[in-house]
Amino acid sequence: MRNDVSYIKRPNRPLQVYAIIFLIVLYTPVLFLPLFSFNDSIYVRFPLKGFTIQWYFELWERAQVWNSLMNSIKVGICVSIASTGLGIFAAKALTNYRLPGRPSIIGFIMLPLVVPGIIFGVALLVLLSQMGVPLSLYTVAIGHMIVCLPFSIATLLPRFEGFDRSIEEASADLGENAWWTFWRVTFPVVYPGVVASLLLSFTISFDEFIMAFFLSGTEPTLPMYIWGQLRFPQEFPSILALSSIILFVSFLLVFIGQWINRDDAYGK
Amino acid sequence: MTMTNKDAFISIQNVDKYFGKFQAIDKISMDIGHGEFFSLLGSSGCGKTTLLRMLAGFETPTNGEIYIDGQPMSEVPPHYRPVNMVFQSYAIFPHLNVRDNIAYGLRKQRLSKMKKYEMVDEMLDLIKLPEYGDRKAHELSGGQRQRIALARALILKPKVLLLDEPLGALDKQLREQMQLELRALQRTVGITFVFVTHDQEEALTLSDRIAVMSGGTVLQTDTPTGLYEMPQNREVAAFIGTMNFFEAMVDRVEGDTLVLDAKGLGKVSTTKGQRTTTKGDRFELAIRPEKLKISDTKPTTGACVEGTLENAAYLGERSHYYVRVDGQDTPVAVSAQNQKRVISSDQNAHSVWLTWDDDALVLLNDA
Ligand SMILES: Nc1ncnc2c1ncn2[C@@H]1O[C@H](COP(=O)(O)OP(=O)(O)OP(=O)(O)O)[C@@H](O)[C@H]1O
Ligand SMILES: [Mg+2]
Repeated sequence: MRNDVSYIKRPNRPLQVYAIIFLIVLYTPVLFLPLFSFNDSIYVRFPLKGFTIQWYFELWERAQVWNSLMNSIKVGICVSIASTGLGIFAAKALTNYRLPGRPSIIGFIMLPLVVPGIIFGVALLVLLSQMGVPLSLYTVAIGHMIVCLPFSIATLLPRFEGFDRSIEEASADLGENAWWTFWRVTFPVVYPGVVASLLLSFTISFDEFIMAFFLSGTEPTLPMYIWGQLRFPQEFPSILALSSIILFVSFLLVFIGQWINRDDAYGK
Repeated sequence: MTMTNKDAFISIQNVDKYFGKFQAIDKISMDIGHGEFFSLLGSSGCGKTTLLRMLAGFETPTNGEIYIDGQPMSEVPPHYRPVNMVFQSYAIFPHLNVRDNIAYGLRKQRLSKMKKYEMVDEMLDLIKLPEYGDRKAHELSGGQRQRIALARALILKPKVLLLDEPLGALDKQLREQMQLELRALQRTVGITFVFVTHDQEEALTLSDRIAVMSGGTVLQTDTPTGLYEMPQNREVAAFIGTMNFFEAMVDRVEGDTLVLDAKGLGKVSTTKGQRTTTKGDRFELAIRPEKLKISDTKPTTGACVEGTLENAAYLGERSHYYVRVDGQDTPVAVSAQNQKRVISSDQNAHSVWLTWDDDALVLLNDA
């Protein structure tokens, strides 16, 4: 039988099976969250008792949930703007100039990805208390910046690298200075990457626990609140409901970001 | 055509450019006149783009100065220079449509929307793409992009337009069409064009004057006919068209006539010109293939040399012959029109005679 598909694109059965198993193993545990959040029982066990949305309603009425949600959103917005802003400068510097030792600079920036969060958390805590800075949402935001910056740069760098420097020169040639060139050419072209970076770093900050654990003061973020509530068994179904919402929103944000930042934006 | 510094519109004076230790431009001086179509011609890596980028302001000369319209340019950044550039890659803004690409440079002129719209329409007509205003860059062909890049620069009415191999990416047919359009356009708008190319035919068809470059220096600046008929050295002669070279030694000087003993041609005479030479000086002689006449029989008048026909190629309108003469390693190339049969082509490797007019011989400066 003739096969029209090229050698590389030919379907590979074992690889497909592997990919499916991989996804199942990765996501099945997560799916238990929404499943039990609709279960009409405070105990997380099979068999399921019945369908309810009462846990979601309960959340709605809790002031503390709203409070910590607002805290997380505040921190998330500040962190995503700051880390994307710094990421833009870093990516522009890394692509504009032929920096010596560029690979090691990039490696250094990406380091927080592999260093355990607990180490950064403890280190920052020690540093901040040495400096006499009281713990607050600001210190949480500083911790989140460290976590988010590598993701921002990793998202932005390909956008800056994939772009033809001569269009910036063309803008200068047509009479625009560096500032206008950035806003009229550079920014619109890297804009999908900027949006993706904003959404991604917001999501990461919103979900982050370890840094918040070490660095938050009296104001909890949402993950901190969840952690606090885990002690009370009767609260557990509401926590499942809350976690399900977070899961859904995070997934949505990251998905939107990746879609906007897809490779064929501008039809390339 | 010689030009004094006074009526030069662009004046490049003793410009050097180093990239680190590498010297890309070596002491170039040249003047370009107002409204001239001036080409920079040379093989890859000879510094054409570097010179153009220095005119646009993207590179600064290491030494020397560039004057445009009498103003020194070293302190002037690209966005204040009275020049616009058409990039080799066209550099069309990918996020804007054709209209916005063309109108890009108009922001500072603070024109009304209507006025801008009219100006862009005019440009779209000029480049013959009136229906394409709303297309995005990726929906255009190479030739269309090139024209948009041109319109985007021309709408600002620059005093100088710099073009970096703008036709390089086009196929032969479109390229020839665009060459004609470009030349017509330049005559219409009357702007000084500085045009970079590595295609000698393109340079010869389009230009008022051409600077032939090699290894960061200018070998010769002249009109197309000047370069073709009177190349000053071997490199220029070889770069433009085909050329036969002969080593020659001065035999005697008779007033304004120089009699030389040329290897392969025997005794030849040519005009001396401004040279001061004495017996025994070595020169190189050159003659174009189409300036040689070939025949089966010994001509009765004038200088001639006998040779063996090695190879003949019939090209329809004309034929190319390769004739081996004594004392010459490579066969002499001859190109003759096929209006009348000049030699019988059935039997190769037979004796033929070559003749030429004295003024067809070019005396090259370097030995
Ligand atoms: N930014 C740079 N840094 C270092 N070397 C450079 C730089 N730009 C150009 N060069 C070198 O200078 C020389 C001339 O380059 P240039 O781009 O002017 O050549 P060109 O004549 O335009 O060639 P082509 O016809 O291939 O475009 C080349 O050897 C090139 O490697
Ligand atoms: Mg070039």
